[in-house]
Amino acid sequence: MTTATDILPDAIAEAPLIVAAYPMPLLRVDGVSKKFGAFTAVDGLSLDIQAGEFFALLGPSGCGKTTLLRMLAGFETPDAGKILLDGEDIAAVLPHQRPVNMMFQNYALFPHLSVRDNIAFGLKRAALPKPEIAARVAEMVALVKLGGLEKRKPDQLSGGQKQRVALARALARRPQLLLLDEPLAALDKKLREETQAELMELQRRLGTTFVIVTHDQDEAMTMADRIGVMKDGRLEQVATPRQLYEAPASRWIAGFVGDINLIEGEVTLQDAHRLTVAAAGAGMLTVAEPKAPLPSRAICLAIRPEKIRLSRRAPTSAGGLNSIEGVVTEVGYLGGLSVYKVQLDHGATLRVALANTNRLDVDAYGVGQKVVAWFAPDDCVVLPR
Amino acid sequence: MSARTIFTRPARRASVAPYIWMVLFFLVPFGFVLKISLSQTAIAQPPYLPLFGLTDGIAGLKAAFAALSLDSFWLLVSDNLYIASYGRSLVVALVSTALLLAIGYPIAYAMARLPRRWQGVAMMLVIVPFWTSFLIRIYAWINILQHDGLLNQILLALHIVSAPVVWLSTDSAMYLGIVYSYLPFMILPLYATLAKQDGALLEAAADLGASRLVAFWRVTFPLSLGGVGAGVLLCFIPIVGEFVIPDLLAGSDSMMIGQTLWLEFFTNKDWPVASALAIVLLALLIVPLLVYDRLQRRALEAR
Repeated sequence: MTTATDILPDAIAEAPLIVAAYPMPLLRVDGVSKKFGAFTAVDGLSLDIQAGEFFALLGPSGCGKTTLLRMLAGFETPDAGKILLDGEDIAAVLPHQRPVNMMFQNYALFPHLSVRDNIAFGLKRAALPKPEIAARVAEMVALVKLGGLEKRKPDQLSGGQKQRVALARALARRPQLLLLDEPLAALDKKLREETQAELMELQRRLGTTFVIVTHDQDEAMTMADRIGVMKDGRLEQVATPRQLYEAPASRWIAGFVGDINLIEGEVTLQDAHRLTVAAAGAGMLTVAEPKAPLPSRAICLAIRPEKIRLSRRAPTSAGGLNSIEGVVTEVGYLGGLSVYKVQLDHGATLRVALANTNRLDVDAYGVGQKVVAWFAPDDCVVLPR
Repeated sequence: MSARTIFTRPARRASVAPYIWMVLFFLVPFGFVLKISLSQTAIAQPPYLPLFGLTDGIAGLKAAFAALSLDSFWLLVSDNLYIASYGRSLVVALVSTALLLAIGYPIAYAMARLPRRWQGVAMMLVIVPFWTSFLIRIYAWINILQHDGLLNQILLALHIVSAPVVWLSTDSAMYLGIVYSYLPFMILPLYATLAKQDGALLEAAADLGASRLVAFWRVTFPLSLGGVGAGVLLCFIPIVGEFVIPDLLAGSDSMMIGQTLWLEFFTNKDWPVASALAIVLLALLIVPLLVYDRLQRRALEAR
């Protein structure tokens, strides 16, 4: 991951560095559509994925992400559009002839074959010489740390071990592109987090391009270099995890990725890169002007709960800050964070997340506490309604 | 008393039931048959000696035991008729089972690939013949296969043959009858294993470079071996002892063991030889069962 921490806030809306480094995409999806009867699963979708990239397709169920992945693997044929791998159209190439491998959602391990034979399956089909197969299987077993389990059948493995076999089996043919369909969905939370780190490590070491399908945004944010968020068969936004979170392209994306406060408003004044907005239920707010011109004065303000601070009195150096008065109506203690629901005097409700930085926090806000919620103009995203 | 024994007691009692059944309806009759096979024929009612009875006391029982002999079994080995019958039964069962597998597998495979709602219909079509009496269906075949039967009429009308073909009383007719009658027993277990196979496995095979044919041989077929074993046993064992189909459709020049047994029992009234035939047949049929059981257990251990 080259993203997140080392990119300055100003760069959030810029194109990611990785695209500049690889001008020729490994994979180009060009205007691809797929219909099942009357249902359009993928709708004129275009996407470039660079060699060596860890790309995540994120979206709610039924958004078409799995269909897109299955078209990349060759299990579905696009109704329209092209899929170019290394510049060659592979839309008509059968799955068993593509230099692409897939890790299946429930692993689809062959139950009658041992771990070794599962991993060797693809190598045998490639008619590699026997010593070469043995060497590659050994390499894969070591890579995914399955030593000693080579003779076991899938039924004798734990969930995490099965996941490793599936990964090793898919990687054994050294594909240019590895597709992973919800690879961690069947694991429990702790194992999932460990496996995320291992997958990232492995991807960086091998340099294989990974395209992962997931409905779990934490998973996508943690692992991927870039994320494509899909909705109704289209890409809503393609961006680095940080861009996606801090600069969502639409109201839907803002609501889909992470927790956020959405407040509708009307732009009343625009000058010096600042907008003055009459926000519904939150009074007059000053926010930063967005880069793209707004189609109308009716807008939507989006602000993440952790960008808002609370205090008992208005901050003294309030220059340029938005401060709104309200009452705490709900407190949710989550350990590292506490999430407060603040009923603003103007009528709207804000969710505010504060880090619990002191163990003995005698000063914490309780229900009924009158507070001032405040945030900087730059912390608010302005979106068309 | 520990909690464990309380809970398992009714279960233990219930588990005895199948053994009682086995003893009453298998072991006891088997004992009778075994005893008869060790006896001598006699012109009497029942037609064999010695008889066990308590009228002569312990000495009588001792004498009866002393009169038992293996003569009938020696006869089976010494007369080619019996060995030929066993041989023919095994050959017919092997050939028929091979034919059934060759015909039944593609049908079961096609059924398992049908859309879900059509699978039920296909299953019904396989089972429907059972609604008519087995004997009536075999007689229907006699009707179709006879000299001026439907088959010959069609062949003549289509000018495929110029004179009626003899079908009845041939091995072809017998194999036709056996395959026709036993096909559902082959199809159903095969269909059951094929239908529950995960389609994702074939996608995984294709993804790993296997063509459809290779995927079938490397994935579908090995995973269906349980069904193949069940279907083969369900057909092979009863076909070895088959009596009605060879008797009605095959020629009379060679007999299957069921026919020989019938002959000995009803025509020759030689109950000891008939019983010996039955016991040897049972011993022969236990072999494939043991092999199957062994394979099943190995498959279970591998899990």
